[in-house]
Amino acid sequence: MAELLEIRWHGRGGQGAKTAAILLGEAVSASGKYIQAFPEYGPERMGAPVLAFNRISDEPIRLHCQVANPAMVVVLDSTLLGKADVTAGVPEDGLYIINTNLSPKEMRKQLGLTGGKVYTLDATQISMETIGRAIPNTPMMGALIRTTGLLTIDEFVRNTRERLEAKFRPDIVEKNIQAIERAYQEVQGEE
Amino acid sequence: MNKRVAITGNEAVAEAMRQINPDVVAAYPITPATEIVQIFADSVSNGKVDTEFVTVESEHSAMSATIGASAAGARAMTATSSQGLALMWEMLYIAAGLRLPIVAPIVNRALSAPINIHCDHSDTMGARDSGWIQIYSEDAQEAYDNLIQAMRIAEHPDVLLPTMVTMDGFIVSHGMGNAELLPDDVVKKFVGEYEPEHYLLDVENPITVGALDFSDWYFEHRRQLADAHTRVQDVVLQVAKEFKEISGREYKLFDAYRLDDAEVAIVVVNSAAGTAKTVVDQLREKGLKVGLLKIRLFRPFPHKEIAEALSGLKAIAVLDRADSLSLMGGPLYIDLRAAMYNSPGPRVNMVNYIYGLGGRDINMEQIAGVYDDLMEIAKTGKITEPVTYLGVRE
Repeated sequence: MAELLEIRWHGRGGQGAKTAAILLGEAVSASGKYIQAFPEYGPERMGAPVLAFNRISDEPIRLHCQVANPAMVVVLDSTLLGKADVTAGVPEDGLYIINTNLSPKEMRKQLGLTGGKVYTLDATQISMETIGRAIPNTPMMGALIRTTGLLTIDEFVRNTRERLEAKFRPDIVEKNIQAIERAYQEVQGEE
Repeated sequence: MNKRVAITGNEAVAEAMRQINPDVVAAYPITPATEIVQIFADSVSNGKVDTEFVTVESEHSAMSATIGASAAGARAMTATSSQGLALMWEMLYIAAGLRLPIVAPIVNRALSAPINIHCDHSDTMGARDSGWIQIYSEDAQEAYDNLIQAMRIAEHPDVLLPTMVTMDGFIVSHGMGNAELLPDDVVKKFVGEYEPEHYLLDVENPITVGALDFSDWYFEHRRQLADAHTRVQDVVLQVAKEFKEISGREYKLFDAYRLDDAEVAIVVVNSAAGTAKTVVDQLREKGLKVGLLKIRLFRPFPHKEIAEALSGLKAIAVLDRADSLSLMGGPLYIDLRAAMYNSPGPRVNMVNYIYGLGGRDINMEQIAGVYDDLMEIAKTGKITEPVTYLGVRE
């Protein structure tokens, strides 16, 4: 198999980890790549730690096992740090995007990471200011698009707008798009 | 080429049902097949199909209503999983005995107890002797393609048998992957109009359905049921050939993956086959002669063709996601061993791994470990453990 990117999303029930994985999968699929998007299937309880996963490749994906060694981790809720093992199975050069108001440097220290890349974004603040509710999943997707370059932001926004329009009122769609675009600008790297 | 979409197994199957536009669907929701019924019910409410949708109070009633509709002359479908299929049990035999070409997607899930909603093949393996044709699917694409082909297989005048198309619960039913869907008109033309020869609503030619049939004729009718199954294979292959013309996708009785010059092989059904194929590719890169056989048509069992494909191997591992509790291994293994017993050529060493019960993950390392075991058996000719429970805490 050619290059396979595996992503693990950490969130809490209700924060949209599964929705983020699905929206990302749909957008990346529309660009011609092959994808998988699936949650960890367990009891669905608001606020409980949950996981969701993506696989992305230029070739058809036949794997149907769980993702054990994701090259990329997205954490939707910083209160999970120290409770959920967000670094489990991640290779040395893994990439992390964390929803926090701390800097990547502070976050690296907290996670005890020596290699890889750490990005941070205050996605909760952005979602409060744009959507009006603490729903960090859409801004975190904007950060993911920026840090991975999987798609151009225009391509991603166009596709995600289409998906959201099928489900939400126009004003809700616009607020989510705003959140994605702000996140794309505001995500912080280490240099 | 048709557009490739991101879609879950349930969505793909519900889309196939919308395109098939059956006359009657009677169903009762059960996880993880609920979405099939729910999405199809949307199609009914939105006027996208002409289907008479019957909401029933149980799966037993769902199958009973489907049988009634089919006997009346309608193209009838249902969908279920696990306990739902178990509750349909007595009606499954009736659908087959009455030779009603009902088609049902079934989402594979464990049976209670303990209560578990996750993937396991105990449900459809338990229905393997009911007289239904069983077609297994690796992913959403296969579930979609198989369901469309199942209409033609079930309704073929040489067959007239109910047919279930299975896919793995959650892993495929809820996991989003890619599939190419066919245009509505292409599916409509492919499945065609259903024109039953004998049916209850044909008032000019009255018939009796479900009559009493004692020791005078019952045996002959059951013998005819077996006879119908002998004609399934040819029809499955003919329909697959026509399906390739509209889709470009090739289907056979089973999928032989890198098997030609293989020395050892795994036999498996459904989604674990995909993971195992990836392992085969990795081991082949290291120069190891490993292969895989994924069974598509399990009932009737293409035993001669499968035995032929596997003859000459040095060792075979059959992976079962269900236990038979015979202490002789899982249902696939038992059938495979029987098939190989009658095959010409030297005896092939065969072992069984029961894996993934109740949704337990099976990963690439575990499958690579099975190939390791097989190569050891091929080298020594010795089997220490014929039946192994893979990935369980002992």
